[in-house]
Amino acid sequence: MADHDHDHEHKHEPQAIRAEALESLLIEKGLLTSDAIDDVIQRYGERVGPLNGAFVIARAWSDPEFRKHLLDDGSSAIAEFQFEGGQVDKLVVVENTLSVHNAVVCTLCSCYPWAVLGLPPRWYKDPEYRSRIVREPRAVLAEMGVELAKDTEIRIWDSSAEVRYMVLPQQPEQSIGRPEEELAAIVSRDSMIGVAIL
Amino acid sequence: MSVRQSETIQHETIQHETMELEENIAPPMVNGELLFDAPWQGRTFGIARVLCESGLFSWDEFRGSLIDRIGRRDEIHREDEPYAYYDHFLVALTNLLSVKGICDIKELIGRDEEFHARPHGHDH
Repeated sequence: MADHDHDHEHKHEPQAIRAEALESLLIEKGLLTSDAIDDVIQRYGERVGPLNGAFVIARAWSDPEFRKHLLDDGSSAIAEFQFEGGQVDKLVVVENTLSVHNAVVCTLCSCYPWAVLGLPPRWYKDPEYRSRIVREPRAVLAEMGVELAKDTEIRIWDSSAEVRYMVLPQQPEQSIGRPEEELAAIVSRDSMIGVAIL
Repeated sequence: MSVRQSETIQHETIQHETMELEENIAPPMVNGELLFDAPWQGRTFGIARVLCESGLFSWDEFRGSLIDRIGRRDEIHREDEPYAYYDHFLVALTNLLSVKGICDIKELIGRDEEFHARPHGHDH
């Protein structure tokens, strides 16, 4: 990132001016309003986020039928939650087990299931993660704190325009039988990308 | 440098910046994490979503423009350089709007130059 020593420089970033110019032109053309932009920012800041995914995972841990539905057809299973945010027309949920660990990437850009996970974190969009998780998944996962047994199979799923992936993490043993709200609180965003274990 | 280390360093910078921003324009938080490093990034994301939701283009069309831009930048990206995702996002958006005849790039550059020429200390 450019040098941002103080507020003044920040406001005069060329990209900030370019974005402002674009917004003002499009408003003049009658194609958008500032309020509509504010609404989008508020929606993605407050209502679209990984807490939604955490509720889905908590339900899957508590309800074997829902779990099966989720693994068979992710998009149809989450329809009842009526999450905002989109990008889940074809959601595929992959299950971590004792022998298989799944992790998700978008090698080409930043595809991500917004309705359940919100907008992707910075590192997900970085070329480093996008290239290395495919080339050397075990090493990258270890760096991110996921130490896997040598015989654990690692599967990397490349999200695309057509398919978005989410990981169903393994449930910590001590949490079995706890109420759903309590379970949702322990499901981290990173565990649903597959770069953390719970 | 590990993937998350770079995230931590960026977070420290962001917290510093956020404290200097007025409270009402601070970027939104989601589950404890900032979505955007600077307000213009949120505005740019917002512009793209509003135009897409009003049917001017599909998100797949935008995604195509983004992949094109990111693909070319990845080839020349240096590992010791911070990655400016929203810079690419903004260029991908302006390219798409230009190609689709929604907003001509020359018109945009003209407005951009006007804004650059604003008196020093201008605050919108």
